[in-house]
Amino acid sequence: MSAHEPVIGVEIHVQLSTRTKMFCGCELSFGDPPNTHTCPVCLAHPGVLPVVNEEAVRRALLIGLALGCEIAPRSIFHRKNYFYPDLPKAYQISQFDIPICGRGEFRALREDGSELVVGITRAHLEEDAAKLTHAGGRRAGAAESVVDFNRGGTPLVEIVTEPDLRSPSDVALFLRQLRQTLLFLGVSDCSMEEGSMRADANVSIRPVGSQELGTKTELKNMNSFRFLERGIEAEIARQEEIVAAGGRVSQETVHYEPDTGHITSLRSKEESHDYRYFPEPDLVPIAPDPAWVEELRAGLPELPLPLRMRMVGEMGLSAEDAEVLTERPELVAYFMEAAALADPKACANWIRGELRAQLREVGVEPWQSKVTPAHVAALVGLLDAGTVTVPAAKEVLAEVIASGGDPADVVESKGLGAMDEGDLAAIVAEIIAANPDQAQQLRDGKDKVIGFFVGQAMKGTGGRADPQSVQRLVREAVRGD
Amino acid sequence: MGLRDLTAAGQIAAIRAGETSSAELVEAHLAAIAADDVDAFLAVDAEGARARAREIDAMPERPPLAGVPIGIKDALSVRDVVTTSGSRMLEGFRPVYTATCVARLEAAGAVVVGKTNMDEFAMGSSTENSAFKNTLNPWDHGRVPGGSSGGSAAAVAERQVPWSLGSDTGGSIRQPAALCGIVGMKPTYGAISRYGLIAFASSLDQVGPFARSVEDAALLLRHTVGRDPMDSTSLDWPGEISTPTATDLSGMRVGVVDELMGEGIEPGVRAAVDAALGTVEELGGTVVPVSLPSALSGLATYYVLAPAECSANLARFDGVRYGPVAPAANLLDQYETTRGDLFGPEVKRRIMLGTFALASGYYDQYYGRAQRVRTLMVREFADAFEKVDLLVSPTSPTVAFPLGDRTADPYAMYMADVCTIPVSLAGLPAISIPCGLSDGLPVGLQLAGPAFSENALLGAAHALEGALAFDTRPPGLVT
Repeated sequence: MSAHEPVIGVEIHVQLSTRTKMFCGCELSFGDPPNTHTCPVCLAHPGVLPVVNEEAVRRALLIGLALGCEIAPRSIFHRKNYFYPDLPKAYQISQFDIPICGRGEFRALREDGSELVVGITRAHLEEDAAKLTHAGGRRAGAAESVVDFNRGGTPLVEIVTEPDLRSPSDVALFLRQLRQTLLFLGVSDCSMEEGSMRADANVSIRPVGSQELGTKTELKNMNSFRFLERGIEAEIARQEEIVAAGGRVSQETVHYEPDTGHITSLRSKEESHDYRYFPEPDLVPIAPDPAWVEELRAGLPELPLPLRMRMVGEMGLSAEDAEVLTERPELVAYFMEAAALADPKACANWIRGELRAQLREVGVEPWQSKVTPAHVAALVGLLDAGTVTVPAAKEVLAEVIASGGDPADVVESKGLGAMDEGDLAAIVAEIIAANPDQAQQLRDGKDKVIGFFVGQAMKGTGGRADPQSVQRLVREAVRGD
Repeated sequence: MGLRDLTAAGQIAAIRAGETSSAELVEAHLAAIAADDVDAFLAVDAEGARARAREIDAMPERPPLAGVPIGIKDALSVRDVVTTSGSRMLEGFRPVYTATCVARLEAAGAVVVGKTNMDEFAMGSSTENSAFKNTLNPWDHGRVPGGSSGGSAAAVAERQVPWSLGSDTGGSIRQPAALCGIVGMKPTYGAISRYGLIAFASSLDQVGPFARSVEDAALLLRHTVGRDPMDSTSLDWPGEISTPTATDLSGMRVGVVDELMGEGIEPGVRAAVDAALGTVEELGGTVVPVSLPSALSGLATYYVLAPAECSANLARFDGVRYGPVAPAANLLDQYETTRGDLFGPEVKRRIMLGTFALASGYYDQYYGRAQRVRTLMVREFADAFEKVDLLVSPTSPTVAFPLGDRTADPYAMYMADVCTIPVSLAGLPAISIPCGLSDGLPVGLQLAGPAFSENALLGAAHALEGALAFDTRPPGLVT
């Protein structure tokens, strides 16, 4: 066991999916031709002024409330100064010492049912920079770089955690569940791939038992949870190696190369910028009406963690069911509607199992498909009543996916109803008669051969035979022979 | 008396009476600009102004300002008209939008004839920091018109326009108004939208009027004040700017700021201001001494805060998106060469000062401390206005100084704003009116009031204007 433990904190940038930008009326756009969503304000023409997007403030408050943050009665914007072509004003309007959301706490649930508690330092509003594309893909030595200002000025909320995380897997778990919460709030698309959610990790190690923090490095801009987890693993290993060799970790920004698994240094903190923060004189403080904040608090949706606990505790779902079903708010709504009409556990199994598996082939999510939650409940009802067998139910589902028809009607029209016990017994008798060798093997105790009979029965009935019944009937017939 | 001798209100009346037209007025003023020997304008939009005048003349119902011409300080963005803010950094730059205050005036029927000269990015007190040319004082062509809005002041005094817009950060309207013998007003911070005003120091910048009468200043103010959704710091104007009619100061308590009447005030200026204080009493006002101890720290406070803000405001000028760009080998070189070549020395000085004042490790000592002094100053003014209705002082400690006299001595140049800066730091309204001559050169009297006291200030200024009967015509000016 390592004599060191990792100490990790994360900073998450979340692009808010508002209609317009943070400080001007330009629409947000993804994938539109470059520089088509710009105006004098977001291009920083001489004489322009920023105006705060109220919807962005509302969403920042929702995030703060969901993370249990203290909401500042009065917060202010600051200018963060630095020259870079992606920043047309040469300063970013951000928040500094008085962010809109102060201390909070986020609770996540591990697979083993234990709770992971992560302190939130702050969440603040700021604007995104424009997008730079470097010819050849790399910044250093690029022959030329081009700027797309469409992204410039997109509202961002930056969430900063305390250094409360102790393992790369906890970081990934925290981020996944945080993302889920943000999706439930409807504030952002939270796509790591498209960059609407970006995470940096501050990583340090210290001797187990020590309370002091070691020198940290900042792992920048990972575009997936998996890469971030691997990157942190690699960085911890690198730091452990340095310490083991008697060296000292130096404070720097590092980058993880997913292809090689290597950590490279981006820049040393010693040559880092002095951002010369000062209060933004072009904006007045954000002082949300307390009544509005309370209204937002009261209107928060049921968040993933309490919801999952309710699913497990009250609805009899497994922790895994609950985690899968709370991935997306749309899926939760879908499941809840079905679960109100039929056995929740069975609905959960069908939705996360067969329904998603079949729909994946056509690239559709349950809530987008022709299968309504009521259809799922109906199917579960038919199974429960013994009207259809499991294999037949899968066939019924395929038909409902294709046609959107009612499951009971599909059973009727396709003749997929479970077979009468007497008819099935007759078919079983025929199969045994036709396969005396296998029947003998079964009598001799080779129990595995039962599968052969089930398969034959399914083939002979077009899947309408209930496999359990077939097994029972075969055993009865063989034994009674 | 020629058309150009009329005030703006007089010109509006003449148009309404059918005695002249917007086209005729515009033509007369364009001719005066063309014959200019004070170099007040940087750009003249003759064709645009003529076209707009014809449009207004053809309207069945004339807009309130009836098509009278106006000059606009080059710090204000006017769509398609070259707007440089007096800097090579924006040489040839044609904005894609018009400043809110200018758009409001145009909508009210004012005709923009051109853009007036100024100190580069409004940094200066003599207009000698213009990257393009010096503007001369209409009263003495060997002297400066003041600054930074020197072009706007000289153009009005020279009767090239009846009125104009300027901007005032630490005195840039009031001081040139004083030096050119006209009326200039800086309204309450937030009264007029800053959208389209090329920023120098955002927390201090205010647009305001130059005119040859208090009535005209009020009229111009009326059509520019009010909340603008494009400027978060703009304010809903309570009520309306009324036409000033007061002829006395009965019952008015007028405070004289001790700290701004002593050392550094030229004897001639002091004498003219003293005489004006006599007039205040003749008009029924009570003159009382008032102390504003922090006023003496005004200059130091201002020269931390304003450069700090400008160091960020001017960072956007990098040659990438607009304006000229210096040839360069790489990005850093382009930033450095463009900014190194195209900013003038005073602009560079202030950017460096401001950058230093905000630097980590110095922030609290400079910026933080200056903010605390500013807060103190706001409080002292508030206390003073518990005791008096308005405060008076000289606008400028001196009359217009000779061209080149202070260009080598930044501190002497900064001293020109010693009386105007405290009011700016407190965000309060103030007006400068000519109150007499010293050695044949105009002396300005500054009247300051509490926030939103513009109507009261204009009223008092109107009463004094009547009693002082200052002749705004520079000697030898032919109209």
